Amino acid sequence: MSTQQTNPMANEPSPDMIAEKRIYADWGLTDHEYDLIVDHLGRRPNYTEAGIFSGMWSEHCSYKKSKPALRKFWSKNERVLQGPGEGAGILDIGDGQAVVFKAESHNHPSFVEPYEGAATGVGGILRDIFSMGAQPIAVLDSLRFGQLDNAKTRQIVDGVIAGIAGYGNAIGIPNLGGEIAFDESYAGNPLVNVMSVGLVNQNEMKVGQAKGSGNTIIYVGAKTGRDGINGASFASAEFSSTEESDRSAVQVGDPFLEKLVMDATIDAIKKYGKSIIGIQDMGAAGLLSSSSEMASKAGTGIELNLDLVPQREAALTPYELMLSESQERMLLVVQKGEEQPVIDLFEKAGLDAVAVGTVTDDGRYRLNFHGETVADVDIDFLTNAPEPKLAQEEPARLKEASASQYQPNVADANQVLLDLLAQPTIASKASLFRHFDSQVRADTVVKPGGDAGVTRIRGTKKALAMTTDVNSRYAYLNPFVGGQMAVTEAASNLVTTGALPIGMTDCLNFGSPDNPEVYYELHQSVEGITDMAKRLNTPVISGNVSLYNETDNKAILPTAMVGMVGLIADNKNITRAEFQNDGDQVYLVGTIGDTFNGSEIQKMQTGEIAGQLADFDVDAAQANQDFVLQAIDAGLVTSAHDLSEGGLGVALAEATFPNDFGLQADFAGTTAQLFAEVPGRFVLSVPSKQATAFEQKMTETKAVVAKLGQVTKDTVIAIQTKDGQVTVDQKAAKASYQNAIPQLMAE
Amino acid sequence: MKAAVITFPGSNCDMDMYHALESFDVDVDLLDDQASDLSAYDAIFIPGGFSYGDYLRSGAVAKFSPAMDAVKVAAENGQLVVGICNGFQILTEAGLLPGQLLVNEQPGFICDEVNLVVENPDSNFTNTMSKGDVLKVPIAHGEGNYVTDEVTLKELEDNHQVIFRYQENVNGSMNKIAGITNKAGNVYGMMPHPERAVDALTGNDSGRAFFESLLHAVDQKARA
Repeated sequence: MSTQQTNPMANEPSPDMIAEKRIYADWGLTDHEYDLIVDHLGRRPNYTEAGIFSGMWSEHCSYKKSKPALRKFWSKNERVLQGPGEGAGILDIGDGQAVVFKAESHNHPSFVEPYEGAATGVGGILRDIFSMGAQPIAVLDSLRFGQLDNAKTRQIVDGVIAGIAGYGNAIGIPNLGGEIAFDESYAGNPLVNVMSVGLVNQNEMKVGQAKGSGNTIIYVGAKTGRDGINGASFASAEFSSTEESDRSAVQVGDPFLEKLVMDATIDAIKKYGKSIIGIQDMGAAGLLSSSSEMASKAGTGIELNLDLVPQREAALTPYELMLSESQERMLLVVQKGEEQPVIDLFEKAGLDAVAVGTVTDDGRYRLNFHGETVADVDIDFLTNAPEPKLAQEEPARLKEASASQYQPNVADANQVLLDLLAQPTIASKASLFRHFDSQVRADTVVKPGGDAGVTRIRGTKKALAMTTDVNSRYAYLNPFVGGQMAVTEAASNLVTTGALPIGMTDCLNFGSPDNPEVYYELHQSVEGITDMAKRLNTPVISGNVSLYNETDNKAILPTAMVGMVGLIADNKNITRAEFQNDGDQVYLVGTIGDTFNGSEIQKMQTGEIAGQLADFDVDAAQANQDFVLQAIDAGLVTSAHDLSEGGLGVALAEATFPNDFGLQADFAGTTAQLFAEVPGRFVLSVPSKQATAFEQKMTETKAVVAKLGQVTKDTVIAIQTKDGQVTVDQKAAKASYQNAIPQLMAE
Repeated sequence: MKAAVITFPGSNCDMDMYHALESFDVDVDLLDDQASDLSAYDAIFIPGGFSYGDYLRSGAVAKFSPAMDAVKVAAENGQLVVGICNGFQILTEAGLLPGQLLVNEQPGFICDEVNLVVENPDSNFTNTMSKGDVLKVPIAHGEGNYVTDEVTLKELEDNHQVIFRYQENVNGSMNKIAGITNKAGNVYGMMPHPERAVDALTGNDSGRAFFESLLHAVDQKARA
């Protein structure tokens, strides 16, 4: 065995070989991009340089293709303390406190390695939150899978659920909700979108900026290994069923280490906040993106000595060190001369904390390795990928869609309701989310399973409600209105708990933007979200884009997931979705028409979704939300549930389940309309003795509110309609709702 | 009452226990795994979580910490020692309580609220309750399946060391055991989390009875 020390870079292809064999193309750089780099440098890039450009210019890091759409988001109002562009956005919630949140996707890795893909998705978003100086207080997940009759899909579901549980439970941040839906378009491209919410004192907020020439760059946390090398480029390409997926591009998580890093980082900010100039987590493109972005945002330069980077494998090359996506690592910029106490604090927690470089004032990104400069490039050039102009084209299916609405078959309306309750997208997901610890930290007020999760803010009367939402079938039929509806639905979820929606984040999950029809869907979705965000005064303060979610050129449904946070000023107003008392009066807020295109009943009865999405009256939806909030604030409401998939019939049934009530109701619409879908409609229950006060309020609103009936102690859900009735045994309905997913998963 | 909560690296219910005790006006100190002298405390709490990551067997690393040596001394001195969830696992690993907690019969972490039935109302942890009382308490664990050998199981039952049983056996535990004490009755472990159920705002305050009993026991001891 040779003991001779060799340079790990000795076998790397030369700049000329990279050019001649187009190695850069394997990393996702186009010929045009490569030529731009050569022009800029005045020479061919070496292996390390070509690698760092491929990482930073990947869609995952640069957002070069989605930026034209992202610029349309509305991100400023009186509460916004930090908008997009940092680890997470921040909103003022009064009393010197702020809420920090962001959502992120981990779609590609979760298909290849469901457990680690999902686990590291949780880890990554948590680092985004605590890098801002915030204590994470909740995690939510928005998951999309193929149909459960597919064995591979069931395996992915199991792995993703176990991964989220394995990481989130161990680190001790409660899982407060989210949603899970199924559609065959996700079979080869499941979506794992994870949102995290944190709490910070405004005087302890941090950003990821490398200010001040001479200041020290400190690497903190796990050692760097060969996991997830160039994962950002992997996440910026589509899958093919004939090619083996790239397992080495998936990272491996260690929640124990992350907890140590999280606690120590928050502690360091509390104790040495003045010395700590900036913090950023090492996410996509690891050390490379964190260091270059921090310098770019501050208008400075960076010089790193890669020999000092903590390493857990031998002979790592600069390319690997820069592009590794090893987890649980943070980068700190610390005031020169004030490093030691910060380093000591991390070391006491058993973590590596090493000064690996300095901030410079020359705008260069310089990497030294074994005494040589292995990369020296302009930071602005590196961090601002050229934006290609991409074409948009309205998909033919939208132009040709029929305006007429699907007419459901409700001849056996009782069976329709039971069947809808068993549709996987509607059915209870409790058998899946019961694996997540929803109560650790002991602040959870409304647990998963309702419309939105609610956590109190200890020491105040305030509470925060949070939710994620999107119905991609609506967006498939009309991406603009689908965007409006996703925001409306998320806000409706919050309103039912008594919360005022205050802001949002998003994950834009789409197919390839190089397809003009997909690119059109992306832009339209963003415009629809923005339109509704402005109306509801809920700015978009952070977000994430995941493109290339397609296999064999077949894209997922357009899925612009919205994560929203609401503020409850007084926790005595917290309201739940389920009926609370026998005898309470039940009201419907909002009108219901024949809106069946894109609905669950259309999918269930025809196997497809088709036609134009019905017109959506945003003013009416907003008036309904305002009314619900006012009624809750006035203390008149004992339960509030919004209508979503499956419509009024499903919403009423769901409200009876947790506390096992019956229902006697008269609905002025048709039996079919019990299953029509339109967001921004609500079912409220009101104690009999408050009914007069409530009905007085009904006369003072633009919202259309109608009495439906009352909660009973019977075991029957009975709904009379204009042209028929639905009468089902409450226990049978509940069984249908609860047993569907466990039965499908057991196959 | 003066209490200590021991935070191991990876503990994540330490602050929940701290806040719960504070809500009873208990004087609480948070200590770390290097704590060496616990003689000043009436009760010592080992909280839930994943001590040292629990990548081996749950609690198997924590038992070697200096703090656990100090806990053993405290247990011998007759001070109250309470292990919740991972704390229970640590106490069995450390040999302060008999038996072991295996992976749930249906493998997988479960977070839920379950009914506990009071088996022994005379313990330091149930003295304000009656036999057969039912408390709805949160659980959150993947390894809560209590097992022991038949001789020990019989001893536990004969000595009334079984304090709570699950009404429905959520994790496959022998004799539906949810919480046990040592023979002397001063060391107690349970998988459920009473510290998560002390405030009506969160929808459940049925864990308060547990703390009230414990406070009562300490108070009685001080008077004795």
